[in-house]
Amino acid sequence: MERRTLFPGRLLPALLILPQLVLTFVFFLWPALQAIKSSLEREDAFGTSTEFVGLENFADLFNDPLYLAAIGRTAVFCAGVTAVSIGVALLLAVLADTEIRGRAFYRTMLIWPYAVAPAMSAVLWVLMFHPQIGLVGAFLNRIGIGWDYKLDGTQAMLLVILAAAWKQISYNFIFFLAGLQAIPKTIIEAARIDGARGFRRFRTIILPLLMPTVYFLLVVDLVYAAFDTFATVYAVNGGGPGQSTQTLVLKVYLDGIVNANIGSSSAQSVVLMVGVIVLCAIQFRFLGRKAVT
Amino acid sequence: MAGLRLEGLRKSFGQNEILKGVDLTLADGEMLVIVGASGCGKSTLLRLVAGLETPTAGRILIDGRDVTRLDPSERDIAMVFQNYALYPHMSVFENMAYGLKIRGLPKAGIRAKVDAASALLGLDALLDRKPRQLSGGQRQRVAMGRAIVRDPKLFLFDEPLSNLDAKLRVQMRGEIRRLQRRLKVTSLYVTHDQVEAMTLGDRLLVMHQGVPVQLATPTEVFERPADTYVAGFIGSPAMNLLPGTLGRNGTAVSLEGTEVGLGTRRYALPDGHGVILGIRPEHVALDPSGREWPVEVVELLGSETLIHAGRTGAATLTLRLANGAPVGEAVRVSFPPEHLHLFDRATGLRLDPA
Ligand SMILES: Nc1ncnc2c1ncn2[C@@H]1O[C@H](COP(=O)(O)OP(=O)(O)OP(=O)(O)O)[C@@H](O)[C@H]1O
Ligand SMILES: [Mg+2]
Repeated sequence: MERRTLFPGRLLPALLILPQLVLTFVFFLWPALQAIKSSLEREDAFGTSTEFVGLENFADLFNDPLYLAAIGRTAVFCAGVTAVSIGVALLLAVLADTEIRGRAFYRTMLIWPYAVAPAMSAVLWVLMFHPQIGLVGAFLNRIGIGWDYKLDGTQAMLLVILAAAWKQISYNFIFFLAGLQAIPKTIIEAARIDGARGFRRFRTIILPLLMPTVYFLLVVDLVYAAFDTFATVYAVNGGGPGQSTQTLVLKVYLDGIVNANIGSSSAQSVVLMVGVIVLCAIQFRFLGRKAVT
Repeated sequence: MAGLRLEGLRKSFGQNEILKGVDLTLADGEMLVIVGASGCGKSTLLRLVAGLETPTAGRILIDGRDVTRLDPSERDIAMVFQNYALYPHMSVFENMAYGLKIRGLPKAGIRAKVDAASALLGLDALLDRKPRQLSGGQRQRVAMGRAIVRDPKLFLFDEPLSNLDAKLRVQMRGEIRRLQRRLKVTSLYVTHDQVEAMTLGDRLLVMHQGVPVQLATPTEVFERPADTYVAGFIGSPAMNLLPGTLGRNGTAVSLEGTEVGLGTRRYALPDGHGVILGIRPEHVALDPSGREWPVEVVELLGSETLIHAGRTGAATLTLRLANGAPVGEAVRVSFPPEHLHLFDRATGLRLDPA
């Protein structure tokens, strides 16, 4: 049964939700409206005057090969982050779900990265993979793999994917572990008696029962990778070398703040906003009502 | 050849010894029912036989083959769980076919076996449904079907009916019995239910704190309980157990001054030996010349009446009477000697006349 508390009248309820509404308005609705407004305008080169240009900014955007490239790049980045974080988290959760010594310690350690600030985690990865002073980076160079993410765009992309995925692994791990533990033990035992072992048991029994969790995390991770990785990506290499790690969120910032092209930057953020709304709608539509684990 | 043989089977979890040495032999095709209070290790015993737990000591032989160290899948057994443990994402057909598929049976063979089992259980119309679209009784049947298709050497049942309502339980009980008789598969059946215990098995094993206390036919267990634990556990309402002392050269028992004759029986024990006199509630006879017991509670059960009588602080006595028997402030009763059980007060073990 749902418990409801009824407040009398209309004034009190309104007052109670007012702070939340104010916050939403000041930090979300107002900037969003601003963005929509400036996405329809263009400033002159000196920032002295603005004129209304309709959807011209958007038209320019989708005719700009650089922007289209950024979309493709972001897709690769999102797919990479989602695949790595879901894959690794699932593997770790399956391992953590078995009866092993020091399980509690192991689990706690796996949840930690989630509490590390994004920029911090990026620095950690940079330190590890720095071509000269990084433990892993220097090692790669020593064994003859020319590693320098500051020169090689593919390597840079690999590194930002790892850095961004690392944090999300913790989050996914918690959900996967909860999901695994929600599978009745007797079902696994029935499968054991039926003779299903190892990977086959995982594929035919455990994974299907875990699919609701997988779908949920897929959406959450995509949203995270697409919109919530600015700090990580920026801290690793500022979108470089060249534009090789410039994802859409980074481009909004670089075009708008660094290059002061407010019109285009606003149009980009409106596009992103639509993206978020679509993903959230998908999540609510298909997953919102169902139990997650 | 023995269907199942357990030799000195022990199991400890950490410091706790849950099973303290179980020896057991089941004939091929025999059905043994295991009863005992909650926590006495029934499920643990079943799980050891299934291979879901590893014994601390002892051996398990199925059909003459030592399976103690084998994986569950190599033991040729099937288990029916209390919560059915059906695979929720598979249809009824897939649930039954899963084990066969893993064994690599050809598709046509699987189809034939599943069809045969579902016909036997009346599941034909439900093969495409998912478990969540089934009623409790139907799920139970699917769980049975999953066990049957495997053609196992041994069936293991862990309280398979306890999630069903009373009426369905009676029906399924009959079905399980018929199926087992028909398929002649050696079976171990764990239950809490008195009626299941009495009606389902060829033999009955009563467990108490990890130790088997009596293994015999249900009738024998009921009529000649091996000790006071079994006497109190089997039968509902429980047997009256009244402490007393032996007297008159082992031919009578004195209960707080009242003497109860033992008929023609004579026990070769010294007078004054501490005993416990047992008599089932339905055997206590109303008798105007008997000792008077004040009535404390009367329970009208429809087809019969239960009377709880006794004196505060002293032993209580339960009577089971046909309806319409007159019940006042007190009842006068006597104990017919042919229905009396005698146990040693120190050891709790059954005493037999010389
Ligand atoms: N995996 C385990 N680890 C530790 N103790 C356990 C484990 N499994 C069972 N036990 C203990 O063993 C004892 C017997 O458990 P078991 O499940 O065999 O009882 P049972 O006779 O089946 O009881 P019930 O009638 O309630 O099902 C219990 O005290 C239980 O706490
Ligand atoms: Mg049990």
